[in-house]
Amino acid sequence: MIKVNNLTKKFHNFVAVDNISFSVNDGEIFAFLGPNGAGKSTTIKMLTTLLSPTNGEVIINGHDPVREPDIVRRTFGIVFQDPSLDDELTAWENIELHGVLYDVPDKLRKERAEQLLKYVDLWDRKDSLVKEFSGGMKRRLEIARGLLHHPKIIFLDEPTLGLDPQTRNHMWTYLKELNKNESTTIFFTTHYMEEAERIAQRIAIIDHGKIIASGTSEELKSQTNTNSLEEAFLALTGKNIREESASSTDRMRTARHRWRR
Amino acid sequence: MKKIYFLWLRQIKRYLRSRSRIIGSLGQPLLFLLALGYGFGSVFQKAGEGNYLNFLAPGIIGMSIIFTAIFSGIEIIWDRQFGFLKEMMVAPMSRISIMIGRTLGGATVATAQGLIVLLISLLFGFHPYNWALIIAAVPIMFIVALLFTALGTMIASLLDDMQGFQLIMNFLVMPLFFLSGALFPLQGLPKALSIIAQLDPLSYGIDALRDLLIGISYYGLGLDILILSTVTLVFLFLGSYFFKKIQI
Repeated sequence: MIKVNNLTKKFHNFVAVDNISFSVNDGEIFAFLGPNGAGKSTTIKMLTTLLSPTNGEVIINGHDPVREPDIVRRTFGIVFQDPSLDDELTAWENIELHGVLYDVPDKLRKERAEQLLKYVDLWDRKDSLVKEFSGGMKRRLEIARGLLHHPKIIFLDEPTLGLDPQTRNHMWTYLKELNKNESTTIFFTTHYMEEAERIAQRIAIIDHGKIIASGTSEELKSQTNTNSLEEAFLALTGKNIREESASSTDRMRTARHRWRR
Repeated sequence: MKKIYFLWLRQIKRYLRSRSRIIGSLGQPLLFLLALGYGFGSVFQKAGEGNYLNFLAPGIIGMSIIFTAIFSGIEIIWDRQFGFLKEMMVAPMSRISIMIGRTLGGATVATAQGLIVLLISLLFGFHPYNWALIIAAVPIMFIVALLFTALGTMIASLLDDMQGFQLIMNFLVMPLFFLSGALFPLQGLPKALSIIAQLDPLSYGIDALRDLLIGISYYGLGLDILILSTVTLVFLFLGSYFFKKIQI
């Protein structure tokens, strides 16, 4: 479903992703782990047509994101690390706009939107503006939206960040069901190792732009002689805390908080 | 087409929902009409130039259009910071259509804002010389709005965050407005100022509005429309060029 060969991304002199290769099978739940700044988000951006690689090749469901972006874009749904909803629109309008942008026919769009909003428990809030939603509600709405066009692959970039255990549990139950019933391929990143251990069928660990280990959680544990994925992860990536420079988004958020006060 | 329509609709909805923004952005034109329109009225009259409020109103309409339009374009920075741009960028549609939908939406909003100011200036005693020509002024307002929304888009595509916003207000939008002849006649200006006014696309927009609303024109309606359309096309082209290069 996803094939990555010798993928590299350079920003000026900095190599964010360094000659990585991996593949994700059809219907697989795949966790992509790594410390902050290891190259996870950059890789996801290249897989999802947002960035073009400096070198190497990506194939998503048989198509190249650089040469056939629109075909690839129809193949996947994505839940970004940061919210990507329009705050000034209602939940329903956000979903509707998504359906239109992905050419989901009107009737089908309405049916699926209702079904998905009910599933994520937002049906009775469908006419509320998104800016009134809590973080968890926004996440749920994004997941519903990402699934509206029935993608073959769903990318989730730290989808459970800041969610309470109830919401997290609910979300994974739904995603696992979807994976089982529709054999939707799931590609996710997370910092919660127990989550990856419990849910992912296969795991790849990236650090400093290179894939340093991959396999099932069992394989990673026995490879490193550890008892949990968290220990295995630390054994592989070391215990140093990584610095990530503040992006303009972070700065913006600070500014927004200041203005709201 | 449907996608462009929905992106247009999104801009309209956002505009209608932010009542405080609509009202807030009317404060400045009101103040200009009141303070300048009435304040300079008698001086203008004595100089033999006629009714200043009538002369000023098209300029103030132009002002509210340029402010709203550039701001609509710059809103892309917000879309980018708060993520919605990513949602649009991964959708199966070309970046050109995203740009077109947004720009048309922004330009519609700016035109609406211009029309509101037109209505308000009527309350202040503005007298168009031919009521029917108000209809003809609407497309001109729209072209001006389109021009500056595209300019705003272009600027927003080059900026990372809102830090540069003040810079743009003070060194681009304000000069564009103050040097456009919105507040004073273009006849008999010092050479330098006259050249600057000729380079300012807003001059032609306001001149065209004056032609249609009060029957006075400096450049002539034909030249106004020619220059406005050319510059609009250039900015639309540049806007989409830079928008295409946005990396998230």
